[in-house]
Amino acid sequence: MPRTDIGPPKYSEMLPPVIKKNYGRWKYHEIPRPGVLKHVSESGDVLYSIRVGSPRLLSIDFLREICDLADKYSGGYLRFTSRHNVEFLVSEEDNVESLLAELEQRGLPVGGTGNSISNIVHTQGWVHCHTPATDASGIVKVVMDDLYEHFTHMDLPAKLRIALACCINMCGAVHCSDIAIVGVHRKPPKIDHDLFPKVSEIPTVVASCPTGAIKPVPKLKSVEVNEERCMYCGNCYTMSAAMQIIDPKTDGVAIFVGGKVSNARSGPMFSRLAIPYLPNNPPRWPEVAEAVRNLVQVWAKHARKGERMGEWINRIGWERFFKLTGIPFTEKHIDDFNYAMPTFRTTVNFKW
Amino acid sequence: MADAEKPRTPLLDELEKGPWPSFVTEMKKAAAKKGSAADLLRQLERSYENKRGHWKHGGIVGVKGYGGGVIGRYSDSPEEFPNVAEFHTFRINQPSGWFYTTEALRKLCDVWEKYGSGLTNFHGATGDIILLGAPTANLQPCFDELSDAGFDLGGSGSALRTPSACCGPARCEFACFDTLDLCHELTMAFQDQLHRPMWPYKFKIKISGCGNDCVAAVGRADFSVIGTWRDTIQIDQEAVQEYAGAGMDIRAVCEGCPTKAITWDEQKRQLSVNADECVRCMHCINQMPKALRPGRERGAAILVGGKAPIVHSPLMSWVIVPFIKVEPPYTEIKELLLKIWEWWDENAKTRERLGELIIRKGMRNFLKAVGLKPVPQMVHHPRANPFYFWDPEEVDLPKQALPEEVTS
Ligand code: HEM
Ligand code: HEM
Ligand code: SF4
Ligand code: SF4
Ligand code: SF4
Ligand code: SF4
Repeated sequence: MPRTDIGPPKYSEMLPPVIKKNYGRWKYHEIPRPGVLKHVSESGDVLYSIRVGSPRLLSIDFLREICDLADKYSGGYLRFTSRHNVEFLVSEEDNVESLLAELEQRGLPVGGTGNSISNIVHTQGWVHCHTPATDASGIVKVVMDDLYEHFTHMDLPAKLRIALACCINMCGAVHCSDIAIVGVHRKPPKIDHDLFPKVSEIPTVVASCPTGAIKPVPKLKSVEVNEERCMYCGNCYTMSAAMQIIDPKTDGVAIFVGGKVSNARSGPMFSRLAIPYLPNNPPRWPEVAEAVRNLVQVWAKHARKGERMGEWINRIGWERFFKLTGIPFTEKHIDDFNYAMPTFRTTVNFKW
Repeated sequence: MADAEKPRTPLLDELEKGPWPSFVTEMKKAAAKKGSAADLLRQLERSYENKRGHWKHGGIVGVKGYGGGVIGRYSDSPEEFPNVAEFHTFRINQPSGWFYTTEALRKLCDVWEKYGSGLTNFHGATGDIILLGAPTANLQPCFDELSDAGFDLGGSGSALRTPSACCGPARCEFACFDTLDLCHELTMAFQDQLHRPMWPYKFKIKISGCGNDCVAAVGRADFSVIGTWRDTIQIDQEAVQEYAGAGMDIRAVCEGCPTKAITWDEQKRQLSVNADECVRCMHCINQMPKALRPGRERGAAILVGGKAPIVHSPLMSWVIVPFIKVEPPYTEIKELLLKIWEWWDENAKTRERLGELIIRKGMRNFLKAVGLKPVPQMVHHPRANPFYFWDPEEVDLPKQALPEEVTS
C-alpha cells in the first residue's frame, strides 16, 4: 500500500550544509556579475548562487544534466526560483568560474539578477490546457530571444517582470506584472445545442456568467447568449464543453503594463491595458515581439534609474505613456466592468 | 528511433532558433524516447498550423485516497495522436522554497521515465512540480513509486492549493520570519484540505519573507503572509560610508523613499531613519543590504482576498492583520485559517473566491466572523459615504453599557 498524505519532502533535508549552518544568519548580498548572487553570513561563510534561465518545460534529460552540474560544482544541491530559473548553490568560490564556463559551453543563459529581465512566468497554452486563446511557451521563447541581452546584462532602469497567461484565467501573477501578455477571445461562445444537454446543467451554466448574458431555452434543453452582454471570458465554457469559446480566426493576445507586486517605494499595482489585441501569428508572433520590444525600449529610454514600468507611467501620466509609445488609445481602454468608477479622472490636472 | 518516425515539425523548428533555451528542443529530447512525447510534439505542431489547442474539455482521473492532484487531459484527435489520447498531469508538492538534492530530483526523473512522457514543468505557476502526461493505467503505479520516493500530490479542484514560499532565511538576509518552515507546517497541518476538495472553490496560501514579495503573494493568494517588522531599521553607519565611498549616490536612495523617512546628512555623513514615518517598504534596504537591515521585532502582515480575474475582476489581497509574530507551532495562524474557511465555506456561492465573497458580504461581516478588530492599517482611507450599518444592540443599549469604541 502506498502511503498517502506524507506531504512534501522536508525542506531541511534539501539544504546544502552551508545553508544549514547559516540558516537565518545571512548578513548581506552582492551581485558580483549578472546572474551571480554572493551572500555573506555573519559567520563569514559565503554562498554563491548562479542563476540560470530555463524554458520551464523540461525533459528529464535536462534535469539530469543540471543534476550532473550540481554534483560536480555545488555539492549536489540546487534550487528553482519562483520565476522558473535554476540556481546552483555553490559554496566553494573556485567552482564559480568553472561552472560559469561549463554553462556557457552548454548554451545555458546566466542572468536575471538586479536591474534585468528575469525569466517569464507563464502557463500551459496549447501544450497542455483546454481553454487557451494562444500558446504560452512559444511566445515566451520569442520574447526571451528578443530581450536576451537584458537577461544577461543588468542594463535596465529597474527590474522588468514579464508574465504570460494564455487565457484570462491568468494562472500566476500575470495581472501584477510590468508587462503582462494575455490570450484573449473576441467572440461569444458558439453553443452546440445537441451536445449541451449531455454535458451541462442549465442552472450552473446560467449562474456562471458574470454579466448575466445567459438565458435558459427549455425547449432545446439548452441556453442562449445575449451577445451584446458577453465579454468573452469563457466562464461558461469552463462549465460546459458545449459553449465553445475558442475561435482560431479571432483569438489573439492583449498586453497589459505597469503592474508590480513588490512594496518597494510604491505599493503593489495592477497591470493596465495597453494593447487590446494582437493577432496569433505562430510560430514567432512578430507583432507581439515587436510590441514588447517597443514598450521596453521606450521605458528604458525615459525612466529614471530605479523606476519600475508602473512607477514611470505614474510619474509621467498615462496620457504621456500613450504618446511616447505610439499606442493608440481606444474605447477598449476605458473600463466598463465591475470596478470601473475609480479609473475615471476627477481632476482637470492632465498633460497633452 | 528510426528517422521515419521522427515527428515532422517545420513550424516548431523555428522556435529552436535564437539564444534562449528552447522548449521545443526539450520536447524533442523526450520524443526521442517516448511515443507520448512524440505525439505531443505532433499535436502541438498541428496547433501551430491551425492556431488552436487540441485538448478536450477536462476529464476526471485520480489515484486512491485522493480527490485531486491529478488533472485529466485527453486529446481531441486520439485517432491521429493515439499516444496522447490520455495524457494526464500530476501536481507534485514541491519542498518549501524549491530546494532539492540531486538525489531527490534523480529519483523523480527515474519514476517519470518509467511511467510518463519524460516531460515536466519546473515549476507550475502554483508552485507544484508538474509531471506532464501519463496514461490512465499508469497513474496508480506511478503515484505508488512517487510516494516511495518521498513525494506526495499537490492540490487541485475546489481545495487548498499547494502553499508556496520564498527562499526566506535559507538564502535571504531580508527574511523577517521562517517562510520555509511556516509553509511546510501549514502544508502538513492541512493535508486533508489539500487532497480532498470540499470547498466552493480553490484557496491559495503564499508566503513571502518581506515586502519584496518574491512569490507574488499579494497578487494571487487568498491568504498572503508577508514579512515586516515593528521597530526601526537597523543601520550600520560604517557600511553606509563604505557604499558612499564606493560611489553610491546615497541622496538618490533617500529620494526613493516614499515617505521621506530616511535622510542623509552630507556633512556628518550620517544616515538616519525616522521610525514613525517609515512604512517598511524595503526600498532603502534593497539598495544597501550591507548597511541596512529590518528591525529586531520581526513578524508578518496577513492579507486576504487576492486572485486572478475570474469571475468578477482581479483583486489584490487586503490587510487584515498588520502585524503578527510568526513562531512555531503557528497556532494563531492556523486558527485564523480555520475560521476564514468556515465563514467562506458557509457563505460562498460555487466558484466564489474569498475576496469576491468579502466584497459581496462586506469586510465588516468578515472581520466580525473571524474575530478581528478594525484598525486604520486595514484601509487606504475611510469611507466617503454615510451608508454604514449599526447592530441593533449598539443603538438600543443604555448609554452606560455602550461598548468602549462608541463612547470614547
Ligand atoms: C459543473 C461542472 C463543472 C464545474 C463547476 C467546474 C469547475 C471548475 C473550476 C472552477 C475549475 C478551476 C480550476 C481549479 O479550481 O483548479 C475547474 C478546473 C478543471 N475542470 Fe472543471 N468544472 C466542471 C466540469 C468539469 C468537467 C465535466 C470536467 C471534465 C470532464 C472538468 C475538468 C476540469 C479540469 C481538468 C480542471 C483543471 C484541474 C484543476 O486544476 O483542478 N471540469 N473546473
Ligand atoms: C474557471 C476557471 C479555470 C479553469 C477551468 C482552470 C483550469 C485550469 C487547468 C485545466 C489547468 C491545468 C493546465 C494543465 O496543466 O493542463 C490550470 C492550471 C492553473 N490554474 Fe487554472 N483554471 C481556472 C481558473 C484559474 C484562476 C482564476 C487562477 C488564478 C487565480 C488559476 C490558476 C492556475 C494556475 C496557477 C495553474 C497552474 C498553471 C501552470 O503552472 O502553468 N486558474 N487551470
Ligand atoms: S491561463 Fe488559461 S489557458 Fe492558460 S493554462 Fe491557465 S487556464 Fe489554461
Ligand atoms: S463567455 Fe463569459 S460573458 Fe460570455 S456568455 Fe460565457 S460566461 Fe457570459
Ligand atoms: S520575499 Fe523578501 S525575504 Fe523572501 S526572498 Fe524575496 S527579498 Fe528575500
Ligand atoms: S524602508 Fe522604505 S519607507 Fe522605510 S525608510 Fe526605507 S525607503 Fe523609507
